[in-house]
Amino acid sequence: MLQQYAHVLLFVGLGTIFALGAFVLSFLLRERGHDPRTRVPYECGVEPVGTPRVRLNVRFYIFALLFVIFDVETLYIYPWAVVARPLGIAGFWEMVVFIAILFLALLYAWRKEAFRWE
Amino acid sequence: MGIIFPAAWPPLARQLLVMLGQCAAILAVINLTVMFLIWLERKVSAHMQSRLGPMYAGGWHGWAKSIADGIKLLVKQDIVPTGADPWVHRLAPVIAFVPAFACYAPLPFGRQLAAVNLDIGILYVFAISGLSVLGILMAGWGSGNKYSMLGGLRAAAQLVSYEVPRVLSVVPVLLWVGSQNLSLIVDTQRHFKWFLFYPNPLVGVIAFLVFFTASVAECNRTPFDIPEAESEIVAGFHTEYSGIKFAFFFLAEYAFVFLSAGLGAVLFLGGGDGVLLPSWVWFLFKTFLLVFVFMWVRWTFPRFRVDRLLAFSWKFLTPVSFANIVLAGLTLHWLS
Repeated sequence: MLQQYAHVLLFVGLGTIFALGAFVLSFLLRERGHDPRTRVPYECGVEPVGTPRVRLNVRFYIFALLFVIFDVETLYIYPWAVVARPLGIAGFWEMVVFIAILFLALLYAWRKEAFRWE
Repeated sequence: MGIIFPAAWPPLARQLLVMLGQCAAILAVINLTVMFLIWLERKVSAHMQSRLGPMYAGGWHGWAKSIADGIKLLVKQDIVPTGADPWVHRLAPVIAFVPAFACYAPLPFGRQLAAVNLDIGILYVFAISGLSVLGILMAGWGSGNKYSMLGGLRAAAQLVSYEVPRVLSVVPVLLWVGSQNLSLIVDTQRHFKWFLFYPNPLVGVIAFLVFFTASVAECNRTPFDIPEAESEIVAGFHTEYSGIKFAFFFLAEYAFVFLSAGLGAVLFLGGGDGVLLPSWVWFLFKTFLLVFVFMWVRWTFPRFRVDRLLAFSWKFLTPVSFANIVLAGLTLHWLS
């Protein structure tokens, strides 16, 4: 069990080493430019106006919140799905109630126009 | 094996070497596959638009085009824009690529051919692939460019929105197998009991279609390529990326395409199940078939508008997957 996760960790480690190694190789091989104009942010050829860290639309935040809610609920559905057969018909109806409540939450968000983008 | 791993070595070191070897083999396979996919995408797109695509590099139908591109990207100069957050900017491609690679750990490339036989295989893949959003957000934030910022935020909104139906769509498969282990899922589908049409074709087809649509969106590909819509926000989150940093975003994107197609094959098309040929050949055949559909979709449909894109996920795909779960549960209990 622990060995499996060590293996997964090895995947993460090797991926990181591969990426950083490629960066180092590129650092050694690449051409070096000195023109300061190449470092201007590309905004269709004109000099950028103002800071790039602009105010964010609140929509993005709402979608992130909705995602957190529904993804956590999904985490409850997954373990149920694995043991649904032994739990039998009672477990199934309990999950139907759970999904119905979730669906109500979705309808509420819909009604409140959380999915609208203006 | 005796020659490569002398018996005198301590068992732990041998085990570690075997594990490292598997990781390295998968890394090599992914890199080669991605290079092939990039060439394939160019050829497929070209022929769909009555062009020829790359024809010169390497001679035969430009087969070496991806290699030439790789070398070009390796030796290009490194540009960090003036307003950028240099370390966030540089680390973003690594954060985007590493999850894409780590997701391959439990993927069975055939019958019992997974590097790590994880019991929570599906959950692991979804959890880790969700991390790549971080890389995209870092790229958007760290580039010091308004278009990058917008692209990064759009990407985050889209990826999290489509994550919900994608995760929900595979619940019927879990119901029928009673495990999240990907190798076990493949074994359960042996002898053409593919979950696409067994035990309930209606549930299987709906689940597969939702999974596939959400996967296309997760890979940021047309018609869901709002994060990098070139006619609106230049190139979205990777506007300021060039050279090797850009190469890693590209690598991550195609690694996710292959992963999504592979998952589709494993979950719904029986993975390595087939007749006569070895199981890994069947797996690759089905995966490349799905990859081709990915490309076909990309070069056929126009881009969604951003509001419709998000509404499609929340107002259509999510309710459909909820209904499909209930339908799948009914099937399960009607059968038993």
